[in-house]
Amino acid sequence: MSRNGVAGRKGEGVRSDAFVVVELRDEGGIELIVKSRVSFIYGDSIHKLVAAGLSFFGISNARVEVEDSGAVPFVLMARLETAVRRALGKNYQDVAEWLPEPGPSFGLPSSRERWRRSRLYLPGNEPKFMLNARIHEPDGVILDLEDSVPPEEKDAALVLVRNALIALDFAGCERMVRINPLPQGKEEVEPLIRAGVNLLVVPKCEDDEEIKELAAAVAEIERRTGIRHEVWLMPIIETAAGAFRAYEIARSSERIAALTYGMEDYIADIGAQKTRDGWETLWLRSVVVNAARSAGIQPIDTVYADVADLEGLKFSCLQARALGFEGKGCIHPRQVRVVNEAFTPDDEEIAHAMEIVKADMVARANGKSVAVIGSKMIDPPVVRRARRTLELAVALGRLSPDWNKEGR
Amino acid sequence: MNLVTNALGRMVPTEINGRPAVPFPGIDRFRPSGCKAAPRIPTVLDYPRDGNKVVKDLKTALELAGVRNGMTISTHHHFRDGDTLALQLFDICAEMGLKDLVWFPSAAFPCHAPLIKHLDSGVIHHIEGSLNGPLGDYCTSGRMRGLGVLRSHGARAMAVQDGEVHIDIAVLAAPSADCFGNANAVNGDAACGVLGYALADAMYADRVIVVTNNLVPFPCIPIEISGSYVDYVVVQDSIGDPKKIVSGTTEITRSPDRLYIAELVARFIRDAGIMRNGFSFQAGAGGISLAFAVYLAQMMKESGVRAGWIHGGTTKFLVRMLEEGLTDALVDGQAFDLEAVRSIAVNRSHIGTAPLISYNHHSKGNFINLMDVVVLGATEVDLNFNANVVTHSDGRLLHGIGGWQNCLYARCVILAMPAVRDRIPVIVDEVTTLCGPGEMIDVVVTELGIAINPRRQDLIEAVKGKSLPLKSLEEMKAEVERLCGKPERQERTSRVVAAVKWVDGTVLDSVFQIPGKQ
Repeated sequence: MSRNGVAGRKGEGVRSDAFVVVELRDEGGIELIVKSRVSFIYGDSIHKLVAAGLSFFGISNARVEVEDSGAVPFVLMARLETAVRRALGKNYQDVAEWLPEPGPSFGLPSSRERWRRSRLYLPGNEPKFMLNARIHEPDGVILDLEDSVPPEEKDAALVLVRNALIALDFAGCERMVRINPLPQGKEEVEPLIRAGVNLLVVPKCEDDEEIKELAAAVAEIERRTGIRHEVWLMPIIETAAGAFRAYEIARSSERIAALTYGMEDYIADIGAQKTRDGWETLWLRSVVVNAARSAGIQPIDTVYADVADLEGLKFSCLQARALGFEGKGCIHPRQVRVVNEAFTPDDEEIAHAMEIVKADMVARANGKSVAVIGSKMIDPPVVRRARRTLELAVALGRLSPDWNKEGR
Repeated sequence: MNLVTNALGRMVPTEINGRPAVPFPGIDRFRPSGCKAAPRIPTVLDYPRDGNKVVKDLKTALELAGVRNGMTISTHHHFRDGDTLALQLFDICAEMGLKDLVWFPSAAFPCHAPLIKHLDSGVIHHIEGSLNGPLGDYCTSGRMRGLGVLRSHGARAMAVQDGEVHIDIAVLAAPSADCFGNANAVNGDAACGVLGYALADAMYADRVIVVTNNLVPFPCIPIEISGSYVDYVVVQDSIGDPKKIVSGTTEITRSPDRLYIAELVARFIRDAGIMRNGFSFQAGAGGISLAFAVYLAQMMKESGVRAGWIHGGTTKFLVRMLEEGLTDALVDGQAFDLEAVRSIAVNRSHIGTAPLISYNHHSKGNFINLMDVVVLGATEVDLNFNANVVTHSDGRLLHGIGGWQNCLYARCVILAMPAVRDRIPVIVDEVTTLCGPGEMIDVVVTELGIAINPRRQDLIEAVKGKSLPLKSLEEMKAEVERLCGKPERQERTSRVVAAVKWVDGTVLDSVFQIPGKQ
């Protein structure tokens, strides 16, 4: 009796992907048919890779068809693994993971405080967008398992995202994954952690208990697997109920590095209508900023949907920054620069921040608790904000780390 | 076929379609001798005293021109993928029972695929001209009887002028013409911009047939092709579709990754100090090459810099630069869109040129030697900066050379392309087909960074400390291979199906038949 599994995509317009059909048989050995745009330079290696995969999964009788549209090896591996899993009809955890060679980003840690001005969403089941995402220099990439992946492709996306996290070079980008809403998302966490994810974006958060539960699960996986770097969490508030519990959510775990919100779902949930100035989300945005600030984490703005309107995006960024946000989501690479620039302090802000911090240092050296510039007293929160501005300026190379020693 | 190793170690034929050929001896090593070709001396006694050269139809014109087996017939490609005249021409030749013709187009496009039936039946013996798409496949499959000869636009015109190629009959599509044969491409429903590729053909062919869909009263102004070169004028309903000038290679890319490359190119030009008042540049066809001009225009505005002249293929973006005062002049070899066609008719500073003039290596200087920077695409580049622009990595003829080789004589040559195309690495150990010697290529820009040829220490110095992502080709290649895997060595047959000529007429490389295709 034969059992079939199919994964991937083929056809006109498909790039950097492969369509794999695995038909498991009871006898007859391996029959492998490869049709590839790159067979003239990778024909042998594709055959060897597929043969190695079948051997890894202990399959000795099967007909395998590969229609390759220029998939790089980690993509081809993911598609074969998914096709095999589907043919076997087993759950993710019941089949061994066929992992690619680790790339230069694998194992690189992140930190709670790192800058998250821009995060670029990449559909988790579309390899071609992942390959060069780093060149657009977002602070983070989000490989998405949620809204951009159809329900029937969630399993394929998880395998592909896992392989991308391991094999791809994401350069200096923080590697984030948006999992599915809990409890489904909880099942996705372990392979992602073992693949070195830096931050899990948790959608449709309404309850601090679910974050606590997720955080505990992450801690347990870290302990069990011996993963050394910490995995951070970024909950997304997307409902009125979630908005009312934003503060509890923001404080629910030490793993939470940032808090954000989802505009479209929230607007639908409260029955509001979209306006250009975003009045319908003003309360939510203020709540998210205040919840995040009071919990000592980063408030991050949602995405701007019109990718062609960069002026509108800039306005939206400036509005978000004025409200207290530190970053914004991007759904197209062309948005990244606008967002990065909007959330980067300009020369005037840097100079002002330097003045504040220097005045604070002088005050402290003189045993005073409050600094004064001219006749104006500088409160501690203002000093904290100025210090953070300078940290970002140093991190972006806009200011020398020794700025305070220069000119002495 | 006798093959020898040329100065760059490539195996090339010493004879092409029955004529001796000179293997490439090195850059600027070849000096021509002798005199230019002389067209036959005509006399007005043989032409209508009233100046009316209009004949009934193209078949009549061909008959009057004395068409016969084995002749060389030329056409031009200003309509690009909208050309219909070449198809009509060879259908008539087939109907007349002609055989063994040589088609000598200034370029061939996918629209010319129907000519395969005439190659198969023997009406056309072979094509001497850049081949791509289905005709490229036909050639690399080994089915064409003669050898394909790939020349740059400049080398094609030069070959005519040098007498290397003798055109028996030139058939020129003219969007406007008068009964005397004066013609231009700026007026009429089929206006396509310029007719520069037809200039050498008109001047040197034994017989010249102008085919127009827009017969105007004498004189047809402006006169781009002079009626004094023309034997017959044919008027018919259609000569081609100018809307199809626009294609994938003449539109700006929308890929964010490729736009990033285009922006890197513009940043390099700015930061290297090339972008300064009075400078000149050219962008080749191809999405990235065209897109760089948009970024450069923005940087020029920000810096208050104005170019002296820009050499086309012209697009709406270059036209906008002219009309916004960002350049003093547009010098145009061909229109890449209809906005360029409009512009040349109305802008006095938008002037047409011809490869015979702007790209001619056997002349008393040409435009391209005066140019500051050129941005081109390529299909492959190797670690010695040698580049390929005609064949796919599997050896199939994919693109025409166009003016690509000629442009390598600009003061700074930048190749801009993705490092990987659907798992196919662009940076390779050795190019499949050598079209541009590495010593002529200064900078390679990919999404992975910018590699400057070590020969150009001046450029390396100029961009030091300018926050550009500089890398070596070796580093880029290693990055690509880490992602894609190391490419396997390709097989190739030893049968040459086409020859690639250098701008001086010597033979730079060979295109080999693809194994198993024939």
